[in-house]
Amino acid sequence: MSREKILAAVKANQFTSAELPDLNVLASLTATDANLVEKYTAIASAGGSFVYEVADLEAIKTILQKEFKPGVQVISGVAGLTDYTDAASVVHELSHSFANVELTILQSNLGVAENGALWLTEEQMHIRVLPFIAQHLAIVIDKNNFVPTMAQAYEKIGDARYGYGAFISGPSKTADIEQSLVIGAHGPRSLSVFIIT
Amino acid sequence: MSSAVTKDHAELAEIFNRDEPRVDWHDETLWWVRAKRDIAAQKLPEWELLRETASQIKNNVLSNLSEYLTQFEANAIKNGIIVHWAADAAEHNQIIHKLLSDRGIDRMVKSKSMLTEECHLNEYLIERGVDVIDSDLGERIVQLAGEPPSHIVLPCIHKKKEEIGDIFHEHLGSAKGESDPKILTETARQHLREVFLTRRSALTGVNFAVAETGEFVICTNEGNADMGAHLAEIHIASMGIEKIIPERKHLGVFLRLLTRSATGQPITTYSSHFSKPQAGKEIHIVIVDNGRSIQLGRKDFRNSLKCIRCGACMNTCPVYRKSGGHSYHTAVAGPIGSILAPNLDMKKYADLPFASTLCGSCSNVCPVKIDIHDQLYKWRQVIVQEGYSPKAKTLAMKGMAFTLSSPGLYRAAGKMGRFTFKYAPFAVNNGMNPWYKHREMPKAPEESFGEWYKKREGEKR
Repeated sequence: MSREKILAAVKANQFTSAELPDLNVLASLTATDANLVEKYTAIASAGGSFVYEVADLEAIKTILQKEFKPGVQVISGVAGLTDYTDAASVVHELSHSFANVELTILQSNLGVAENGALWLTEEQMHIRVLPFIAQHLAIVIDKNNFVPTMAQAYEKIGDARYGYGAFISGPSKTADIEQSLVIGAHGPRSLSVFIIT
Repeated sequence: MSSAVTKDHAELAEIFNRDEPRVDWHDETLWWVRAKRDIAAQKLPEWELLRETASQIKNNVLSNLSEYLTQFEANAIKNGIIVHWAADAAEHNQIIHKLLSDRGIDRMVKSKSMLTEECHLNEYLIERGVDVIDSDLGERIVQLAGEPPSHIVLPCIHKKKEEIGDIFHEHLGSAKGESDPKILTETARQHLREVFLTRRSALTGVNFAVAETGEFVICTNEGNADMGAHLAEIHIASMGIEKIIPERKHLGVFLRLLTRSATGQPITTYSSHFSKPQAGKEIHIVIVDNGRSIQLGRKDFRNSLKCIRCGACMNTCPVYRKSGGHSYHTAVAGPIGSILAPNLDMKKYADLPFASTLCGSCSNVCPVKIDIHDQLYKWRQVIVQEGYSPKAKTLAMKGMAFTLSSPGLYRAAGKMGRFTFKYAPFAVNNGMNPWYKHREMPKAPEESFGEWYKKREGEKR
């Protein structure tokens, strides 16, 4: 069996044990409460996201009405945004059936100021493919749910159990052709972030 | 690259160097990426501590690797993932082919995985009638061009947009002469969307595998790994044994370093954590050794296994930038590839540790602090000792050692050299002299230091 062979070879060649470093220094060095929303907005915008600060869900609806034509397929996984197809009601459908979704709207409860990333697990996505297959993605997050860096983000995630989770930091993009940035590779062509203030 | 390579790095670099404006363009593009890396790194006051911490975590991983692998396997299985072990490239390819053929699958979509390049998986599957489509835009471009990637992060960095336009016109039906990156990317998007929606199997690489939780993380900007994996019935993830990290919180160190080092971005668009398969679907992980356990036992070279494949050492390398990725004739090019490849085949890759100026820039930008240039220097010694050094170099070195060990011979050779430079410069300033190729030969002094000193002593008296 290759398993035993590999593990035996690895064990034989491992050198003297080295300790794990302390991560607390990094975590405390980067800890700050200062203007997380402001910093997040600057970095996410530079990464191609559209960031809106809104008072409530009603304000989001108004913006979406302006941005998207009536009649396009919109799926919402956000409690309270009920004018659209409810993600929870379509979880048993084949992932491929979402190929024509124009907009997916999802909730995130954790945003990272240093890199513009928002954390979503399968629970908030409802269906794993939803934030990827839609032509456009919108994510709703409360202004109090931001942390400064990935160090604090993983402290928050802790030992949570999930089947799948992802940090999403912007629209899908590529710079594979002569390093020129093109937004809209295989996933959403835009990411709108609504920060509830 | 499956074709038998007979040309070494210097010969392949010479081919690349025929087109000087292209070399300049390649050089400048990669330096620009390197400069973006610097800006991103300098924004973090804790950058050096971050690098040191990452290096220490990897040190701990390598010193407990068998335990972490067992722990990762147990937790992955608990999560419902099926784990396979492959001792070498052949077994890796067989496992994947069997997973597909058992399910009657003959088409697969694949996101970036340098390990599958190392194992030549595409060729293996295609020979057995499986259609494989690379979904990363850069990889798709080189796949259509019939070439391997020339860079681990920027697979088609050596291609001009006009050439890509021609390839897309021929294979994907874009308009003739179209070279706008936006339009070409849109063409690929439409083509690959159809692929994602029709493939029952998806293969991805693995950036990090967490022992503590049994989950694995894949980083992309395009979203291609997720589109493939979430739509397929079976998701196969190939990983080298060194991809393990101990705990989830360690991702908070590596994800901060990876893209800042690679392209200067603060993070990839998607950092996807796969823990359990979706209902009714399968996730398989193939854990591959393929020489890594041997490298682990080489004291001077084991640190190379810390590599997180950011490509920073390539972008900064003056030799890589001016010789192109293909001149390294191995899946992972550049400085890191040159210290990894000799472990796999010392004879075939004996030239690579010599494809360096030993300037040390690679070690300075490495996010996990691998002593790359020291290892390049050490590999040279191993290669010469084992008798794999290039013939011409061995002869020249032997001649030099012989001359330098005899004062009489040394003086005579010096005189001869000065005479030649003075009276017959054409004898050395020509294509027969490899040193002259990119350099002017120096002006010879009238006399050697030894001669001058002797004369001066005589005058004093």
